[in-house]
Amino acid sequence: MSSLAVHQVPSAAGATGAARGRPPLRRRIALVPTLTLLLGALYCLLPVAWVVIASTKSGRELFTTFTFLPGTGFADNLRDLDAYRDGVYWQWMGNSALYAGLGALLSTCVSAFSGYALATYRFRGRETMFNILLAGVLMPPIILAVPQYLLMAKAGLTDSYWAVLLPQVLSPYGVYLARIYAAAAVPDDVVEAGRMDGASEWRIFTRIALPMMVPGLVTVFLFQFVAVWNNFLLPYIMLSDDEKFPITLGLFTLLEQGANTPALYTLVITGAFLAVIPLVALFLVVQRFWSLDLLSGAVKS
Amino acid sequence: MTTAHRRKSYGVKGAPYGFLLPATILFALFFALPIGYAVWLSLHKVRVVGLGLGSGARSEVWAGVENYTDAFTDSELLDGALRVLGYGCIVVPVMLGLALLFALMLDSDRVRLAPFTRLAIFLPYAIPGVVAALLWGFLYLPDVSPFYYVLQKLGMPQPDLLDGGPLYLALSNIAIWGGTGFNMIVIYTALQAVPAEVYEAAKLDGATPLQIALRIKIPMVAPSLVLTFFFSIIATLQVFSEPTTLKPLTNSVSTTWSPLMKVYRDAFGTGDVHQAAAEAVIIALATLVLSFGFLRGANRRNKQEAAR
Repeated sequence: MSSLAVHQVPSAAGATGAARGRPPLRRRIALVPTLTLLLGALYCLLPVAWVVIASTKSGRELFTTFTFLPGTGFADNLRDLDAYRDGVYWQWMGNSALYAGLGALLSTCVSAFSGYALATYRFRGRETMFNILLAGVLMPPIILAVPQYLLMAKAGLTDSYWAVLLPQVLSPYGVYLARIYAAAAVPDDVVEAGRMDGASEWRIFTRIALPMMVPGLVTVFLFQFVAVWNNFLLPYIMLSDDEKFPITLGLFTLLEQGANTPALYTLVITGAFLAVIPLVALFLVVQRFWSLDLLSGAVKS
Repeated sequence: MTTAHRRKSYGVKGAPYGFLLPATILFALFFALPIGYAVWLSLHKVRVVGLGLGSGARSEVWAGVENYTDAFTDSELLDGALRVLGYGCIVVPVMLGLALLFALMLDSDRVRLAPFTRLAIFLPYAIPGVVAALLWGFLYLPDVSPFYYVLQKLGMPQPDLLDGGPLYLALSNIAIWGGTGFNMIVIYTALQAVPAEVYEAAKLDGATPLQIALRIKIPMVAPSLVLTFFFSIIATLQVFSEPTTLKPLTNSVSTTWSPLMKVYRDAFGTGDVHQAAAEAVIIALATLVLSFGFLRGANRRNKQEAAR
């Protein structure tokens, strides 16, 4: 199955296994690539390590002790964050989970329908429809977001959950991924066999095609989840009531207030640390289900 | 058989349109309509009658290309565009160069700790741009930064990272940090799809790993490189959240630092949505021209090379 392709064939695992028979040690490790990758990993982990340690420092320790020395204020920082505006921080986290979770779920459904239709049916206007949908990928978010705001305002929907959720349901990229996955994973003769047995098109989709598309759809879901969770521009434009903010916008406003008052730094830092946890955790748990090979379109059935 | 087939395909005929209905409705409402509205707005302006009080005193009238000529002569927009071009000239080559380097290293023989380093380098993808800018922003602040601590201990000069030329590097670094891992995975997966036999002949001929990388691997993944370039150019021209997040930390990032920030300022700060719409249309067109221009150039080169 292609979903594990990246993890099934890590060249490193194969190479070290094969190298076991070779005696000289320095031949066994490729020094330059290993060191280069370790440097890269260090660079990528540095800010994360910093925020983990900085979140344990009290306001005074932050400015006086060495950066990578853990402090003693983590519990106090948590308490301060919890007390900030009656715990609005947790509300932001919940909002982000709602926007990203529900948004990605709806997006995956729409992508599944569209991708399946585009991959398995031959019909008039198929390529035109696909190309028009795909062109959406190239649209800069700003040319969409400003008029979306004005139109939402006319519909009386600005500053509501809908204003952030709805514009992100259709993901052109998700449709594209679902199409190439369905084309590779759902054989035409299986669909045809379903028809011969007299199953309706909807039944063929839900009972036969959908289970085959699941690995690809997990990927679509994860991409969209990350995209919505990380989105800043759309909520920044649509929302003014901070009870509806997602975490990105909430942290930004916290930073805006805190920039001039170093006393609020610890709050921002602790908030940033906690904001990183859910996505990194999700990521570590599901990375094996994430078929990244879809990215380069290299799907082998 | 034929009649049965025809009867079956009758129900089939409408099915794809049914499956595509949700996407079509959403596309119409959240893509086509806003784009059309933006174009309409960009061609209109507000005319104020008298003091502009009461209903009917403010009306939208045809403006032709007036908003566009205003935008093209607006030095703020032009400066922002130049800043973002300079920023893009750092981000895109460095980010993709690193991504290609790491992908090649991951793909080389006898490399250790590859699963760990691959995951670590991909990790920033899971961190929102706002949070990334926030983390790096603090690392750039002299009061809390470990870099300044080290420089101070060594008695070295401590540059202000959030001003002038270094600001470009500081912002570029955030984008490079966030985007390298994702592009690395795209290139790495393409490398993995190349069958091993392709390298065997070269290895037997005594080619070094470096020669194999330069002469075989990089040309083999050229389509992925073109794709990552294409999407990186688009993403870079749209930079918004990182400079916006750094803004509270420094006076050097203006409200019009990038073209997108300028559109936001004009639409919601000064409240001239018509002007903002014209600017948004220009940015969209410029993005399309630049990214497709690159794609065409890349394709032409590929064809020339194939013809040789």
